[in-house]
Amino acid sequence: MGVADYAFYAFAIVVVASGFLVVVSRNPVHSVLWLILAFISSAGLFILLGAEFLAMIMLIVYVGAVAVLFLFVVMMLDVDFARLRAEMARYVPLAALIGVVILMQLALAFGAWVTADEAMALRQAETPDPAEVHNTKALGLLLYDRYIYAFQASGLILLVAMIGAIVLTLRQREGVKRQDVLAQMYRDPAKAMELKDVKPGQGLR
Amino acid sequence: MIGLEHYLTVAAALFVIGIFGIFLNRKNVIIILMSIELMLLSVNINLVAFSAYLNDLVGQVFTMFVLTVAAAEAAIGLAILVCFFRTRGTIDVEDVNVMKG
Repeated sequence: MGVADYAFYAFAIVVVASGFLVVVSRNPVHSVLWLILAFISSAGLFILLGAEFLAMIMLIVYVGAVAVLFLFVVMMLDVDFARLRAEMARYVPLAALIGVVILMQLALAFGAWVTADEAMALRQAETPDPAEVHNTKALGLLLYDRYIYAFQASGLILLVAMIGAIVLTLRQREGVKRQDVLAQMYRDPAKAMELKDVKPGQGLR
Repeated sequence: MIGLEHYLTVAAALFVIGIFGIFLNRKNVIIILMSIELMLLSVNINLVAFSAYLNDLVGQVFTMFVLTVAAAEAAIGLAILVCFFRTRGTIDVEDVNVMKG
């Protein structure tokens, strides 16, 4: 076995183990941290497959944005996680049953697949030789040329998601003191202050 | 030698773990969203593995679109979750019966 094989087994075991710990760990903060580990090691798998650009995107988008978003929400919401966790044991048999059934279905498909003879002819864009065109450039040439409309549509999806998230979470709170610039500008000394002549020994009423 | 089957096995295991997590954490929406992220990750591993072994770059292009949708889905899901928590004070999904669906 070469170094790449050992690296594959290391990354694969870490991905599966940390994925399992995401769903079973008691503290959601730990779940998020295991999720980050799963993303990082799957980025390692992508590098082994020669998809360097996707590996880096994985680190930037998933670890840098999505996982941090999860971490924010977990820490921001004051949720009693112990109560949510208490009934977890009740669902273990059902969850294990469904998991085993789906795993067996996948294994059935796994035991009997063959690549179609025409598969190689149906390739849409053959990967160029990495010595000539590296992965990032090849992806860019393909994405900005042939898949430009899909690329624009994915940008639109992100825009809609951003607007939707802002609309959902923005709220005008009652009773919060805010700066009102117009009120400040229309305020003048005649309305804002008053001179009182205080008599000795009487004070102000 | 690491073949395509090795990667498919990892992806299948990850996908099943994601489904397991959804059923295991019926009450905790945050973990359910994380399980969905795990399932999308396993799909991405499948796509990239096929892309590498068939020498077809389109798999990697499609992985980028899956990634985009996953990020948008996480953002919207967490926004809905924050909204729900503000009105109900809990994230228990079994309480979600306001619409009587």
